[in-house]
Amino acid sequence: MSEQKENIIEENATEEDIKIDGKNSLEGKSRRNFLNWLLGITSSGLALLMTYPLLRYIVPPKLRQATVSSVELGKIDDFKKGRGEIFKFGRKPGLLIRTKNGDFKAFHATCTHLDCTVQYRDDLDIIWCACHNGVFDLDGLNISGPPPEPLPKYKVIIRGDKVIVKQESDA
Amino acid sequence: MLKGKSIIKWVDQRYEVTKAVDFMLKKKVPVSKHSFWLYFGGVSLFFFIIQVLTGMLLLLYYRVGEDSSFESMQLIVTKVKFGWLIRSIHSWSANLMVFAVIVHMFSVYFTKTFRKPRELSWVTGMILLLLSVTFGFSGYLLPWNELAYFATKVGTDMVGSIPVIGHDMLVILRGSDTVDGATLSRFFGLHVAILPGIFTVVLAIHLIFVQVQGMSDPVEWRTIPVKERRYMPFFPNFALKDLLLWLIVLNILALLAVFFPMELGVKADAFASAPAGIKPEWYFMFMFQTLKYVPPHVFFLEGEFFGLLMFGIMGVIWFLVPFWDSGEKSKYGNTLLNVLGVLLIIYVIVLTVIGYLE
Repeated sequence: MSEQKENIIEENATEEDIKIDGKNSLEGKSRRNFLNWLLGITSSGLALLMTYPLLRYIVPPKLRQATVSSVELGKIDDFKKGRGEIFKFGRKPGLLIRTKNGDFKAFHATCTHLDCTVQYRDDLDIIWCACHNGVFDLDGLNISGPPPEPLPKYKVIIRGDKVIVKQESDA
Repeated sequence: MLKGKSIIKWVDQRYEVTKAVDFMLKKKVPVSKHSFWLYFGGVSLFFFIIQVLTGMLLLLYYRVGEDSSFESMQLIVTKVKFGWLIRSIHSWSANLMVFAVIVHMFSVYFTKTFRKPRELSWVTGMILLLLSVTFGFSGYLLPWNELAYFATKVGTDMVGSIPVIGHDMLVILRGSDTVDGATLSRFFGLHVAILPGIFTVVLAIHLIFVQVQGMSDPVEWRTIPVKERRYMPFFPNFALKDLLLWLIVLNILALLAVFFPMELGVKADAFASAPAGIKPEWYFMFMFQTLKYVPPHVFFLEGEFFGLLMFGIMGVIWFLVPFWDSGEKSKYGNTLLNVLGVLLIIYVIVLTVIGYLE
């Protein structure tokens, strides 16, 4: 019964009958404008304040890593002539090549093009990147394909019968 | 029956659902020789639903991490009952979804239905396409196998070629200087939380636009008298046809997933050379192949950045087509759009085929 009554009252009311505080008065309008402006300024300020820590959060922290200056790779006889091997130099891959005449050469194994890991091709006697067909010669020079720069070298030191690679700048 | 009606009445008194139902019942869909293409939006939606469901199932066993991603995938495909099927459906459906979205995009493009008043349907649709390929790119890495590892290295390294901010963006994207466990975590979060959230919102907006505006009448109808134009009701005709097609698509998906299950490959190893035959997902192939032809330096720019810039510019032009298209007024507008569209398709197909043949 009471529900029915409520319905009747609502049906008869027009939109103008509904009073909203401050909607139609002049004073209300200028106050409203001021408050809107204030709201805009503070909310953009708040958004900016929140953006900064968010941006900083998504940048990963720099973790301290052990610096590696040289790595011992094994004995000379472990490496066959005309073969290449990937070795770990800290967190980065390196490529050690024992050339067909027995010399040792070592390079950063990360292709200067798009970060793939290169390999030694004994059939062509070159350093090759499988991703985009980049080719380097045995001095690390970029000779064909997309790589823009030569492969950085490591210095290879033979101490006794051991093969050691060192950062080029340390040598 | 009475009970059902009274529930509807209860809901209707509060939320006026019959208005929405009436609206749907009055909806009509134009019938023309191009009608077939209208269904690809629905097919894309179907694949998305499959992705959500199978993705949830994979989450029950998948454990993200350098030491667990590949191993948990192995568990799924070898030990978990029907795990191979769920995984295979997820990756097949991902590929088919991107394919359906691309077909949908080109059909909207060639039928010119992106024109006024549907510009924003095109824009939201293009955002959905971008999100779909980002889904693909991030999901590709998650099994942590060799191919995905190097494909992700290449794909993300291109960002590093952007001048000034490139390196910072690369680190933000990878979560590290290189692709490692941090990247895997980041891509996982992107794939299962961030992207699904954004995608669902944009998809809802896209579908609301389509429902509110209805399907557009074919361009050639302007020369046909109103009496000769044919429509079919959205309910039940179009909806049932949609459903029938979904059933057919489900069968195709099941056949592919069962008879051509996706391989897991070899676990990623940061200290192994990139294997020969490394390939990105097929929908990135034309870009991957194009980059092989870009010289190391173009003018004063790095080759990769130049390639990226060109793709970016072309992408923006394509994205904004409703806003530069001269519309129905211009005599040559349609021809220009058709020629551009056909050239783009030929370019993409030729480069993709070369990429696979090499």
